[in-house]
Amino acid sequence: MKSMLGKRAVSSFVSLLVLIVLVFFLSRLTGDPAALYLPIDASEAMRENFREINGLNDPVLVQFGHYLSDLVRLDFGDSLRKARPAIDVVLEAFVWTLWLALITMVLVTVAAIVVGALAAFNVGRGFDRVASVFSLIGASAPDFWVAIVGIVLFSVTLGWLPTSGTGTIWHWILPVAVLFIRPFGLILQIVRGSMINALGSAYVKTARAKGVKNRPIIFVHTLRNAMLPVITVIGDQAAALLNGAVVVETIFGFPGVGKLMIDSILQRDFNVILAAIMVTALAIFVMNIVIDIAYALLDPRIRT
Amino acid sequence: MGNHLLEVRDLSVRFHTAQGMVNAVNGISWHLDRGETLAILGESGSGKSVSASAIMNLIDTPPGEITAGQILFDGVDLLQAAPEMRRRTNGKRISMIFQDPLSHLNPVYPVGWQIAETALAHGWTKTAAYDRALSLMARVGIPDPQAALSKYPHEFSGGQRQRLMIAMALMLKPEILIADEPTTALDVTVQAEVLSLLEELKAETGMGLVLITHDLGVVADAADRAVVMEGGRIVEAGTPHDLYHSPKHPYTQKLLAAAPGKGVMRTAGKLAPPILEVHDLKKSYGAFEALRQVGFDLHAGETLAVVGESGSGKSTIARLVLRLEEATSGQVLWKGEDLLAKSPKEMAKLRRQLQMVFQDPTQSLNPHMTVFEIISEGWAIHRDILPKSQWRARVAELLEQVGLSAAHAMRAPHQFSGGQRQRIAIARALALEPEVIICDEAVSALDVSIQKQVIDLLGDLRDRLGIAFLFIAHDLPLVRDFADRILVMQKGEIVEQGTVHQIFDAAQHPYTQRLLYAGLDADPDVQAERRRKRRMLERA
Repeated sequence: MKSMLGKRAVSSFVSLLVLIVLVFFLSRLTGDPAALYLPIDASEAMRENFREINGLNDPVLVQFGHYLSDLVRLDFGDSLRKARPAIDVVLEAFVWTLWLALITMVLVTVAAIVVGALAAFNVGRGFDRVASVFSLIGASAPDFWVAIVGIVLFSVTLGWLPTSGTGTIWHWILPVAVLFIRPFGLILQIVRGSMINALGSAYVKTARAKGVKNRPIIFVHTLRNAMLPVITVIGDQAAALLNGAVVVETIFGFPGVGKLMIDSILQRDFNVILAAIMVTALAIFVMNIVIDIAYALLDPRIRT
Repeated sequence: MGNHLLEVRDLSVRFHTAQGMVNAVNGISWHLDRGETLAILGESGSGKSVSASAIMNLIDTPPGEITAGQILFDGVDLLQAAPEMRRRTNGKRISMIFQDPLSHLNPVYPVGWQIAETALAHGWTKTAAYDRALSLMARVGIPDPQAALSKYPHEFSGGQRQRLMIAMALMLKPEILIADEPTTALDVTVQAEVLSLLEELKAETGMGLVLITHDLGVVADAADRAVVMEGGRIVEAGTPHDLYHSPKHPYTQKLLAAAPGKGVMRTAGKLAPPILEVHDLKKSYGAFEALRQVGFDLHAGETLAVVGESGSGKSTIARLVLRLEEATSGQVLWKGEDLLAKSPKEMAKLRRQLQMVFQDPTQSLNPHMTVFEIISEGWAIHRDILPKSQWRARVAELLEQVGLSAAHAMRAPHQFSGGQRQRIAIARALALEPEVIICDEAVSALDVSIQKQVIDLLGDLRDRLGIAFLFIAHDLPLVRDFADRILVMQKGEIVEQGTVHQIFDAAQHPYTQRLLYAGLDADPDVQAERRRKRRMLERA
């Protein structure tokens, strides 16, 4: 198990390194940073000054060295707009996104497993049909549309919930609900399918022939096997949320990493963008390892 | 009606399927007494496992439906009993083991727990259950049982997994053990060991044994009585001796006639010059040597069988010769030219001369192509064989040659039975007019009677077209009727080679002898003799 985790950690770490290199060169490829960072009407002298201060006149490799040493110290420079360290700005926003993702994924996972398992026990009956139709709609509904309809219905027409912002628990309901729908639909489908598979499997037949009661057959023999494919999908969906739910955060004015990234791009706040990319990449790196550990705990076959 | 331990009376079961209602069994009756072994013999689709599923309450309704009959166990009709009573019977008084123990063991739990669970489910304490599991694992011959308790199913070999299943089934000393094809996917020597183990355990515990099988050899080896099933009905019942020597029903007669290993052995005439010469062929995967220094000749028109158990390297030979995989070292001379040294382009041209038929036609035929497309695809690659205008006529001809008809050309593979699919695979190979066909376990997935038909077809093609065969198989009796010469392989090496006469009448190498005695014969008398020899060999 340790060797398997080691291998996975190393391979994820390599992708992290590739990302770090890629980000540096991409940011250089998009043109002269001076032109990007400074306002369009900046004078040539200001540009030259900017290059000198930021070491842009150094050889690329030297610049890359500075970039790496800054990275290790988590020093991304200051946010141009907020005049504070970029990393602070990003971490502040990231905490919001983390909570949003965490609350949403916990709700999604519990709901999808319960509803999916129930649908699997009742294949072809009413409950299963209703659940399948809803999951299909949920998995295919575009979130910007759901978000807008949600605002129109619950905030504007009924006046039950605030339209945007943060502050009270009521502010969380619409964003979480909108983000909930798609992963719920997807994971429900996977849970249902893999539960049906597991219930029809040969080892369930063996358990029945041994005289095992129904409840342990479902909760001991099948559930653990059925969770294996589900975990992978949960990981993918959680990663998507950690990346910042750009559209949903923007619509609801939610101060998360997704909204911060869009704002920073529009404001050419490159230090913040860089910091945001690194923080989310690191978060996904950590989450992948958590998923691998969960997988290995459930399935002895991959521990070697 | 006497007091049998278990009696199935007039049982009828049907299944609702997409194709409509299927009657799986129709009014079948059989019984089992204490300490007795009853074999239920039948081919796939005969309904031989259905009554066992009904006894164990494993038939899901829907799609299944028990429409008539009784299952009397100790005088009580199980079909009328409450679900809780059936659960308490399962595992405690009647147990069952299955074919393919890997998929029948839960992959994510340790085997010790899975074996103990039989007792835990019936109210035993944890300590008592694990103690019993430990002693049973030792009894069924699992090495280092204490350590094995916490291992997972994938860490055992196929034979060991079946032993674990047996331990699991015998936890509570059941009065009846039902074994559904318990040795089918196992190597012959392992099969013999598992059958011996079942026999010993039956003698120790006095339980009744129901042995569901497609194999006449298993019946001859282990059964006191047997019933023969065909199309959901029992067509004949009797002792193995009677069934073998005076079968009454035409189906039983057909099954017996199809049993391999009874024909006349071929006597090779003068050998033609070799067309394929293999020298010092080697293949390693890392430190593991799958094939070490193998060498042999294949002569024109000759049938050379390669036999061995799983892991012996027999299929590796086929893949290396055809360069589906690259050899580590060695030479494969095809008419004097080294195939292993050919460029991919040269090799592509030569491929038409060496064709292959794989084990599982369901996987080796593309499900999205019609039979016509499958057979004619080779001509699109090797353009000089046949002008396109003649493809249709030639496909029809080939289909008829393998016992199908021209009308089958536009159908897809899934519309055919397993035997028919293998015929299509053979027609596909023949389309390229090869000089050698390599068959890798080409008939081992087929029912005995179908197996016989396909072997007859191959023999006929050999005689008419002069094709040489490299025939890879684990089944010795099959090879006995079909091959000219035999290579016996063990652990990546050829341990013995010779003509069929030499191998079957005077095998020299102890491994070959073990293989021969482990093989099951349909004749109960021959089988009893073989078992005696096997025991002697085991003791020696």
